[in-house]
Amino acid sequence: MPFIPHTDDDTREMLATIGADSIEDLFDEIPSGLRATSLDRIPAGRNEMAVNRLLQECAAKDTQPLSFLGAGAYEHHIPAAVWQLTTRGEFYTAYTPYQAEASQGTLQLLYEFQTMMAELTAMDVSNASLYDGASALAEAVLMAVRANRKSKSKRILMPATVHPTYRSVVNTIVRHQGIKLELVDYDRQGGHIDPASLPAEPGDITALVIPQPNFFGSLEDADALTDWAQQHGALVIAVVNPTAMALIKPPGEWGNGEGADIVCGEGQPLGAPLASGGPYFGFMCCAQQHVRQMPGRIIGRTTDLEGKSGYVLTLQAREQHIRRSKATSNICTNQGLLTTAATIYLALVGQQGLQQTAAHSHANTRKLAEALGAIAGVELIFNRPYFHEAVLRLPKPAAEVLVELDRLGILGGFDLAADYPELGNALLVCATETKTDADIEQFAAALRKVLG
Amino acid sequence: MSNVPNELRYTKSHEWVRTEADGSVTVGITDHAQELLGDMVFIELPEIEANYTAGDECAVVESVKAASDVYSPISGEVIAINEDLTETPETINQDPFDTGWMFKMQPEDAGEVDELMDAEAYAEFIADEEH
Repeated sequence: MPFIPHTDDDTREMLATIGADSIEDLFDEIPSGLRATSLDRIPAGRNEMAVNRLLQECAAKDTQPLSFLGAGAYEHHIPAAVWQLTTRGEFYTAYTPYQAEASQGTLQLLYEFQTMMAELTAMDVSNASLYDGASALAEAVLMAVRANRKSKSKRILMPATVHPTYRSVVNTIVRHQGIKLELVDYDRQGGHIDPASLPAEPGDITALVIPQPNFFGSLEDADALTDWAQQHGALVIAVVNPTAMALIKPPGEWGNGEGADIVCGEGQPLGAPLASGGPYFGFMCCAQQHVRQMPGRIIGRTTDLEGKSGYVLTLQAREQHIRRSKATSNICTNQGLLTTAATIYLALVGQQGLQQTAAHSHANTRKLAEALGAIAGVELIFNRPYFHEAVLRLPKPAAEVLVELDRLGILGGFDLAADYPELGNALLVCATETKTDADIEQFAAALRKVLG
Repeated sequence: MSNVPNELRYTKSHEWVRTEADGSVTVGITDHAQELLGDMVFIELPEIEANYTAGDECAVVESVKAASDVYSPISGEVIAINEDLTETPETINQDPFDTGWMFKMQPEDAGEVDELMDAEAYAEFIADEEH
């Protein structure tokens, strides 16, 4: 069978059938000004050997910098077994693995994933993943508007300590749906939302978003914020780092008992490698009373007539094939392969392993902050406890420093100047369990050199 | 053959309406509708004190097959909802005209109910629909 599906004869035959004289006739609807005639920047074709050589030359330019960059994507050790198993053909090739008779393995895996995510966040239920962390937050906002039937305002309080990209994605997805996102400012000393700064009489609020840890790495006063939200009839949407959940109080236990209503976040730290920005996956959990408003799919376990366990797609109340044109899930793309990796990762490292990963990440970030903070002109900006990221103030613009560090083989962090200009020359740095004392000293030495 | 009680009024979107002694009306979905939809798994009821115009979407019935809107048969205010349906949505399958009622409304204009189909017209309507 030829790889090219139509010969010149086929083309002529097809054109004749639809009554067109030439391929150009097919395009005559498109104004000529919009047609790209020549693509100057695309080089001419090359043969296989030349392409191979070009790619090798490009690959040689890639280096493996020592990364202290977090800002939403985290380098963690991934046991080799995770992707060895995830890329088995049975998982790798399945596209819509929901036909129960054909895919008990995948359904069981998603069931295990949901169970582990619900346990990690201390919530009642989890779906089987979403597109990514940012769109999961957008879905959580839409879900909160549906779930909080007492609230009519569609006002969502969105702290400035939520990842700026997440805020931007949420704004894009919800702004034309009558939802008002109100920015909540942060405390300049702590880099957190000061619960005392929240209004005593805020009026009708649909939901409050609480990031934990927040974009600066600082820990929010989640209990007080949750209590405040619940006192004012607002739902609580938690945006959390899943690794941190092994160490700090999970959203299901926030506040005086009831906990958060919806929990979402980016699942990448659980076994997905850093790969030029993707693919990632979002996760979402919620309290039982909101389950019918949750986008995505929930897999359940049942027993068949012979008493054997079976796994089935149990609930997908917001999805297109149930709701048709009234579907309310916007981006619920189930990132099946990445949740497979996350499930295997969590199963392999276990509760203790995840705690160790989190604890080592935290300890290394403390060492990093100490080592860098000791350099003349460098200071830690915020005085709050942090998880595995912290914000440093530099004596000169972070962008310049990062370029110099890059020359020394170090990815030095995230420049906060564009998103938080009020912080001055601020740099967000991160150390996970993958960094050694020697790595941290290498970064400190490089920074001394650059600033010296 | 679906049950079409004589004393009720009906809409083309398969709601039934019963005028109570106090002038309020009770609303549910017909036997014909529940048969078409199949096993109910979830009912989303309107909120008490909500106001609707005839034809507005005001509730959702979800069966194993699909989620379907329920439309307000008349204009008025919701004054009661059948909260039992939240726990036992299958009541609508078992007893659509009695314990399976969905909500009660205070009509703006009592005359609106009279404009709805009577049992004979509705029976004819669903017979036509089936052909």
